Order: sequence, then structure tokens, then C-alpha cells
Amino acid sequence: MALVDERLIDEAGSRMSEATAGDFFALLKPRVMSLVVFTAFVGLVAAPVTINPLLAVIAILSIAIGAGASGALNMWYDADIDAVMTRTASRPVPAGRVTPGEALSFGLVLSVLSVMTLGVLVNWLSASLLAFTIFFYAVVYTMWLKRWTPQNIVIGGAAGAIPPVIGWAAVTGTVSLESLVLFLIIFLWTPPHFWALALFKSEDYARAGIPMMPNVAGEASTRRQIFAYALILAPVGVLPWLLGFTTPAYGVISAILGAGFVWYAWKVLQMTDDDRVMKPAKALFGYSLLYLFAIFAIYLADCVVSRALAIGGA
Amino acid sequence: MVDKKLDLVTLTDRQQKARRNRSAAIGLALAVLVVIFYVATIVKFGHSGSM
Repeated sequence: MALVDERLIDEAGSRMSEATAGDFFALLKPRVMSLVVFTAFVGLVAAPVTINPLLAVIAILSIAIGAGASGALNMWYDADIDAVMTRTASRPVPAGRVTPGEALSFGLVLSVLSVMTLGVLVNWLSASLLAFTIFFYAVVYTMWLKRWTPQNIVIGGAAGAIPPVIGWAAVTGTVSLESLVLFLIIFLWTPPHFWALALFKSEDYARAGIPMMPNVAGEASTRRQIFAYALILAPVGVLPWLLGFTTPAYGVISAILGAGFVWYAWKVLQMTDDDRVMKPAKALFGYSLLYLFAIFAIYLADCVVSRALAIGGA
Repeated sequence: MVDKKLDLVTLTDRQQKARRNRSAAIGLALAVLVVIFYVATIVKFGHSGSM
């Protein structure tokens, strides 16, 4: 009896959470969130009409929290596979700092809060798009595609590509061709970015049983597909200029950046099967992050400068 | 004896520190939320009033 009581007391003690605010912040996937915030901000600033600065801040904050909420839901559902991958084993849920129930509750509460805040204070189109993004990432990608098909990140990439569309919709109340081009750039960037990672982390993914492209179709096929996507992405990156949304300056710089992407992808294509260090794949992964940031930064700068010159000339 | 043992269930220093940390973060988040909704309401009402 005494043993049972002591064990109950011990179990009660072990249920007391040691999770800090930092652990809950980590559930939001802050690095992914930073990219979401930046691309949403570009969509918001690039829109041809202005919005009250405070409402703009609220829109960006809501989009960031919504993206973070979907990250928390992802970590709740994927705790089993996160635990066996070196890249993700130290995340709060597999490491035992946050319980799955806490992660689920946290994700659900933030999902509702972010969508409602965006809807009530900004507009319901952007809130609907945010709700769709959370659903698409947490349910369609995490619960269905990720463990089912090697096309998981191709289709699931749509969730990561929507933020500039939400930013644009928050200001204009519409979805336009300009924002869809920004969507397309991120959508086409996602497969080569993640497949480069999957190449040099293929053992991790295999251990977790995730059907990433290198584990299913083989490394040679993945290298060819990376190169094919790079060939499509490079001209699509120039589309904003070709469609007349930006100045030629953006066109020239984006073309150079796209050529760089193709060159790095070409180096990946040249890799041999016995190359286990995979420096070209790691280089492409790093460059792809730089590419996306640079493309959006230049697009943003182009919009801001063009607008400033137009106001100055008026 | 049993009741006495149950009374002895106390949080460890680490658990107490984590709880304080979480409480502070929740308090801060709620304060930010209140300010956001207050100021946003002023902005939106002001906008409607000027129409």
C-alpha cells in the first residue's frame, strides 16, 4: 500500500511540467516562421494599396502565429518520427520537455486565435487563407502526404508558399496575379530545397520510414528532378519583371540568382552515387535559402524604390 | 501517514522555475493581446467615424 502511494506521488511529481516558455516557442518552428513572416511582409508591402501600419503589424503577427500553430500541430503529430531523426530528436515533444497533449492544445488554441484575430481586425479573406494554410500543413501534409508519397513536399509546399498571398489579401482583400507569381516562386523552390536536404539526410528519413524522393526513387532520379525544378524555377523567378510588375533591375538580379541556382543544381546532378559527403547537395541547400531570401528582398526593394520614385515624380 | 505523504508533493526548483517562466510568458502574451485589440479597436472605430 505504501509502495503504491509512493509511486502515485512520484508519478504525480513526474507529471509536473518542466517546459519553459522557450520550449513552447520552439514548437512554433521559429526559423520556418521567420521565412513565413518575411514572404508575407513582402506580399503585404508589394500590394498597390496601403493599410494602417498597426493593422499591418497585426496581420503579420497573426500570419506568424498561424504558421507557428501549424508547426506545433506538426510536432504533436510527428513526435514519433522526430524522435528517430538526428535533425529533430531534440525538439520539445520527442525530448520529453512538452507532452503531446500540451503541444496539441497549444497548436489548436493558437490556430483559432490567429485566424479569428486576422478575420476580426483585418479581413476574412486573409483569415480564410490562413485557416486553409494551417489545415493544409497540419492535416493534408503532416497527417496524410508526408508518410504516404514522395511527392509529399511538392504538394505540401503549397502551404509554405501561401504567406505572400495572405499578406497581399490582408491589404487588398483580393488574390491577384502578382501574389500568385510569388506563390509560384516558393512552390517551385520547395522541392529542390528539401530534396537537397533529403539527399544528405536520406539515412535519417529512411530510419523514420518517411518516403522522401531519394529513399523511394533513388538518389540519381532525385538529382535529375532537382535539376529539372531548377530549370523551371530560374525563369519563374524572373516572371515578376516579364509580367511588368517590377523594374528591369529586378529582372537582371533575379536572372543572375536563377542562373546560380541552376549551376548549384548542375553540380548536384554531377554527383556520383558513391559520394557520401555530398558537398554539392549541402551547397545547394544553403544557396536555396539565400536565393529565396534574395529574390523576395529584391522584389521588396524594387517595389519600395519604384513607389518612392513615383511619389517623388508626382 | 498517507495523507501526510500526499501533502509532501511539492514542485522541484526546476518545476517551480519553469512554471514561473510559463506564467510570465502567458501574462506578457495576454497583455500584448489586450493592447493589440484595444488599439486596433480605436483605429477601426476612428476609421469608421471619419467615413
